[in-house]
Amino acid sequence: MRTKIEVREVQKSFPSDRGPLSVIGDVSLTVGDGEFVAIVGPSGCGKSTLLNLMAGFIPPDAGSVTVDGKVHSKPDQKGILISQQGSVFPWLTVRENLKFGLTADAPADRAQLADHYAAIVGLQGFEDSYPYELSGGMLKRVELARALVVKPEILYMDEPFSALDALMSLRVRNELLRILRTERHTVILVTHDVEEAIHLADRIHVLTARPTRIQTTFEVPFAHPRRLSSPEAQQLRIAILSELGVDLDERG
Amino acid sequence: MNRLKDLLPAVAVIAVLIGTWWLTVLGTHSLIFPTPWDVVTGTGQLIRDGSLWRHIGASLMRVGSGFGLAVCAAVPLGLWMGWVSAAYRMLNPLFQILRPISPIAWIPIAILWFGVGNASPIFLIFISSVFPMIVQTVVGVHTIEKRYLRAADNFGVSHRTLFLRVVIPAVLPQILVGMRIGLGVAWLVVVAAEMIALRSGLGYMIMDSRNAGNRYDLVVAGMIIIGLIGLALDGCMRLLERVPWVRWRYAH
Repeated sequence: MRTKIEVREVQKSFPSDRGPLSVIGDVSLTVGDGEFVAIVGPSGCGKSTLLNLMAGFIPPDAGSVTVDGKVHSKPDQKGILISQQGSVFPWLTVRENLKFGLTADAPADRAQLADHYAAIVGLQGFEDSYPYELSGGMLKRVELARALVVKPEILYMDEPFSALDALMSLRVRNELLRILRTERHTVILVTHDVEEAIHLADRIHVLTARPTRIQTTFEVPFAHPRRLSSPEAQQLRIAILSELGVDLDERG
Repeated sequence: MNRLKDLLPAVAVIAVLIGTWWLTVLGTHSLIFPTPWDVVTGTGQLIRDGSLWRHIGASLMRVGSGFGLAVCAAVPLGLWMGWVSAAYRMLNPLFQILRPISPIAWIPIAILWFGVGNASPIFLIFISSVFPMIVQTVVGVHTIEKRYLRAADNFGVSHRTLFLRVVIPAVLPQILVGMRIGLGVAWLVVVAAEMIALRSGLGYMIMDSRNAGNRYDLVVAGMIIIGLIGLALDGCMRLLERVPWVRWRYAH
């Protein structure tokens, strides 16, 4: 598999009242083209910072992030970030949101593309709605469609489903997997939800507490569609949780 | 029906006030201070001879001109100061000094510069309403949520698109708040400005009624009309909160 993203010996600290706060200790990882990699870790460990570094929103203090062999120093349409709070523009309709990033195409094509992707995520009939008229799950779909419509090579997802209830989270995750079957994207998912990571990812990196490093890496060898209740999936879940300091074994 | 019930206490307070006023005037056998009925008949007289409409029209024209000019100046200036921090550092101290100067203090200078025609009150209205609108617009730009700017950054849109599709729509509700404040101040000031040396307007009407034979019924009628028109102007501004481009801000 061709290497898509390479993170090499990256370090990052932020100024604080008590001197510099080291957030990322030393992280190296590579992501192959078309791979789905999940990053899990204790809350506040710096996994969002790592994702922002990879997406080019913040520069590393040391080390480098390269995408397709080139140093990635600022965000661009090649990789779209989807964050926890979401950034669907509330003053634009669903269609206008989806058209937002389509700067190169002719106006007629933009509307058509926007409506096509609205349909892909199951939002047909809501193209003219404003975000405040939609539910949390629908907003997530708008966000996803707005990212997909510009044909990004990489999706950076920062706890994208954590604001949704369990059922809605599962639904949107299934939508994402369905879309990824037809459109090839490289995906980096930051999450605190181990089950979500097992559901979606090909590989899971477990991070340590701050200043963070990669503690362990798990391959997820299961074919899609995955049954999260299978003994193998449960075993993997227990193993990852125990890396995170949560012991479920004693339940028997 | 419910709205009527909500209004009842307010109407009751006003009714009690009018009743007290009436009884007091009757009880003290005042020769100058009018009863509420005198005010009603006085207003009727103003309506019949057409002078009321002429005065209202003159006041509204002055407010419209001064306030309109202020909007045209404040919105671009506020956007510029909000977006470019060098502009903010350069102009904000000056505006903070000019802002607390009462428009009344500008009257001698207005007369010196613009004489006693329409230009003086228009200038005073401009001076009084432009600063609150600048301040609100700047606050609006400064409080745009970073996640929206980041998303725009991520999609790599042009400066033009960034401004037209993100910055201006995001600030519009704040601009509207500024306009509401500005129009309120403008209406307050026009009446004061017209008391100085003009031949028309509600402020002139009040002073003229007193000077030409102690017609206090017309003085009080003028005051009540000023209050009602101010209320109506504010109501019109609030109607603007329902236009689709800003409704997202109020619909939650």
